[in-house]
Amino acid sequence: MDPLKRVEKDLKKCVKCGACRANCPAFSAYQREPAVARGKVALAQHLLVKDIELDDQTYLTMSKCLLCGSCVEKCPNEVPTDEIVIAAREALAEQRGLTTFHRAVGRVIRNRKLMNMGAAMAAIMGPLFFRRVPANSGLRLRFPLPFVGGKRHVPSLAGKPFLSRHPEVIQGEPGKPRIIYFVGCMTNFVYTEVGEAALALFRHLGCTVIIPRDQQCCGLPGMSGGDLATVRELAEKNLAVLEKFEADYVMTACATCGGALHKLYPAVVGKKHPELLKRLQAMAEKTIDAAVLLQKLGFNPEETAGGEAMTITYHDPCHLRNRAITRQPRELLKGAPGVQLVEMAGADKCCGLGGTFNVYHYDTSLRINAGKSEAIRCTGADAVVTGCPGCMMQLSDGLKQAGAGTRVMHTLEILARKLRQ
Amino acid sequence: MLEPRIIEKLKQIVGPDNIATERQDLLCYGYDATQMEFLPDVVLHPANAEEVSQVLKLANAEKIHVFPRGAGSGFTGGALPKGGGIVLVTTRMNRIIRIDTENLVAEVEPGVVTEQFQLEVEKLGLFYPPDPASLKFSTLGGNVAENAGGPRCVKYGVTRDFVMGLEVVLPTGEIIRTGGETYKGVVGYDLTRLICGSEGTLGVITRIIFKLLPLPEAKKTMLTIFDSIDGAARAVSTIIGNKIIPTTLEFMDYSTLLCVEKRFNLGIPESGRAVLIIEVDGDRELIEKQAARIQGLVKPLGLVECKVAKDAAESEALWKVRRLVSPSLRDVNPDKFNEDIVVPRSKVPDVIRSIDKIQQKYDIPIVNFGHAGDGNIHVNVMIDKAVPGMEEKAHKAIGEVFQAALDLNGTMSGEHGVGLAKQPYIHLELKGAQLSAMQAIKRALDPNNILNPGKMFPVE
Ligand SMILES: Cc1cc2nc3c(=O)[nH]c(=O)nc-3n(C[C@H](O)[C@H](O)[C@H](O)COP(=O)(O)OP(=O)(O)OC[C@H]3O[C@@H](n4cnc5c(N)ncnc54)[C@H](O)[C@@H]3O)c2cc1C
Ligand code: SF4
Ligand code: SF4
Repeated sequence: MDPLKRVEKDLKKCVKCGACRANCPAFSAYQREPAVARGKVALAQHLLVKDIELDDQTYLTMSKCLLCGSCVEKCPNEVPTDEIVIAAREALAEQRGLTTFHRAVGRVIRNRKLMNMGAAMAAIMGPLFFRRVPANSGLRLRFPLPFVGGKRHVPSLAGKPFLSRHPEVIQGEPGKPRIIYFVGCMTNFVYTEVGEAALALFRHLGCTVIIPRDQQCCGLPGMSGGDLATVRELAEKNLAVLEKFEADYVMTACATCGGALHKLYPAVVGKKHPELLKRLQAMAEKTIDAAVLLQKLGFNPEETAGGEAMTITYHDPCHLRNRAITRQPRELLKGAPGVQLVEMAGADKCCGLGGTFNVYHYDTSLRINAGKSEAIRCTGADAVVTGCPGCMMQLSDGLKQAGAGTRVMHTLEILARKLRQ
Repeated sequence: MLEPRIIEKLKQIVGPDNIATERQDLLCYGYDATQMEFLPDVVLHPANAEEVSQVLKLANAEKIHVFPRGAGSGFTGGALPKGGGIVLVTTRMNRIIRIDTENLVAEVEPGVVTEQFQLEVEKLGLFYPPDPASLKFSTLGGNVAENAGGPRCVKYGVTRDFVMGLEVVLPTGEIIRTGGETYKGVVGYDLTRLICGSEGTLGVITRIIFKLLPLPEAKKTMLTIFDSIDGAARAVSTIIGNKIIPTTLEFMDYSTLLCVEKRFNLGIPESGRAVLIIEVDGDRELIEKQAARIQGLVKPLGLVECKVAKDAAESEALWKVRRLVSPSLRDVNPDKFNEDIVVPRSKVPDVIRSIDKIQQKYDIPIVNFGHAGDGNIHVNVMIDKAVPGMEEKAHKAIGEVFQAALDLNGTMSGEHGVGLAKQPYIHLELKGAQLSAMQAIKRALDPNNILNPGKMFPVE
């Protein structure tokens, strides 16, 4: 079935009012109508009735979306443009095949072994990591990538992935909640300190923390390229892994992974597989962002945060913002001793990473990011804090290019400052 | 289809990055908020008046149709390339040239987004009042071309009242200046006012000089609920009759309240039949006094409830009622025709009653809300295009709504313009020599009828 059929009803909801021109980061970067939500919806409408082709031009237009959901939140008619773009990308992938790059991404994120070799990140964020991969490495041949840039600043891969550092089950106090930690690739391979902070905080609360060894990539990089087959496969695999454990919550400290478990998986599996959908929905209900869970468990930042005085500013990751998680992290951060929170202009604006958008449209991604860096700099804050390791990488890149010395930290790192000293 | 040599010339004028000829791109410049669609042959993004001038000279010589376009948020299809040709997008011309705090004027390019301009002048303690609901995305050029209005126009006037001067590229390619930056000026015809509201049919606006005001210190919002539409209407005339001009006087009729209440459960009292949102602005002390006076004045008029906002957050909550109107309308029927008739403000209840009769006659739901302060009513004819015959019925009903407004000395449109959508009805309002005079102006400025042809007037 044509994936666009799935969104046929949604396509009719758009009244072409143009309100999305005010909220779409892709539009503000390109300033051309095909880049705005309204333009992509219009193209999808024409694709559905097949009076335009799924060709290079369509591919290019549909690739100009960060799947940030800003348009959806503010659309007076509730048009889910992000889902429409995903459907269009799937249609493109089905008809034209995946691009070499996205094929490589799919192959790697499906493959646990490769992941553990650290190659996953090299593939997903390919160009980011190529600077650390020797020119004659087989990796380069294996993952021919469309873009290899010299100016990009990349974080270093962690010496030892987070998942292989800890036992699978860390017992807490009896009667306290049992929490599965869905770690995600960025934390596992790059920002392991986020994982350590999460662990420290929930252990402090006496929770039992389960870190399933066999958990996979959430699949978002695959979705960016329209490779929904891979996303579905990963949804099933992850579900099976998570279902093995008895737990009250599935906790994420990565906005993107949280969004996948919470919204994306049920959406891509759909009504065609009612059994699977039911299980995924049950999992989605248990899924909770770390900051929200901390608040729910009555966590008091005074006990675990603290240290030298610092001013911070907070960036809203799209995948938290579009699940209405904006208040909770701020409240926690404001409660942290020694920390002063100053709001930046446009804290809710996308940083420009957008799955693999950043790889294909690096220059545009940079332009979006430059606005963000400027807003951060204007606050004079010592650190920018956020709830998504993907955003952390993008923000670091932007700030370094802008020559700013601002640190980039995760909400949990601030909250666990005292514990981790 | 345009000949390759013409495309080549256009490319030389605007540069290769600012011309689009691929079908996928063209499709995205063929629609606006009317949801009609036409395919242009080429889309241009010129950088300045000089480029616009060269494009128009070429188009005039070759007799190619040109359609100016801002954000494409128009409600009447003014920017649509019916019949094909060149779509000329103004959004690259998006600089605020200067804000002069001594003379209270600003000069801008037409592609600046309305709200961005407002925020910039407010930083300097100045004020640009026109506030179409589309201000977050519409362009100032589009606002001038449509003479856009909004809630604040009761007190401050519409876009036209703030335009002091323009730079315009005529359909034949000459660049002219109209008006200026002095408050007074009587030399020659007032071309500035002619171009305002001309819907891109007389020239392409490339610069605008706006008048600014000092930013009012504060504002106060009240939500008043009445037990009849007449009560609400009398409230409007009583307030103004007592020499208070509120910033806004927005009203919602019973059908609108039902829609909003059904979807969002805001707790509007059962006996409420009409709502007025009243806002006053000015010095803090003055508006407190005005707000108290207003409450006293409207009390005997069948007031059911009056909520007064204490701060910005409460004001926002009151305005929410108004903002929820659009999303709740779709529950009535999926498609709508959104008209914006105007009648003298004392005639609002009369026209609402006429509309009620029309909706019963045609058995089509019609929901009314809008700017009671200036008699400008948004008449939403709610239909389902999938139901056979319903659209035709709607067109007949709309014709009668227009006639009802005209019979009360009103007009067919207060804000949205004529464009393509209202053109079939224009003979109801413009007759004989009046219409000919307008068409003579169009012919004089655009002898080959290349600029936005087929808009406003039927093709001769
Ligand atoms: C949700 C919504 C709410 C709205 N609310 C209001 C409202 O409250 N009040 C109101 O008045 N309108 C309202 N509108 C209508 C619309 O936004 C206005 O008419 C606006 O002024 C159009 O601006 P634009 O930049 O989108 O122009 P477009 O739609 O692109 O063009 C409109 C017309 O102006 C011409 N034009 C544009 N730029 C130029 C130029 N530089 N030189 C010459 N001609 C030009 C075009 O040819 C066309 O005829 C609303 C629309 C929407 C979708
Ligand atoms: S996607 Fe929503 S906001 Fe954008 S044009 Fe369509 S209806 Fe309007
Ligand atoms: S999801 Fe984000 S980038 Fe994509 S169309 Fe919507 S606002 Fe634009």
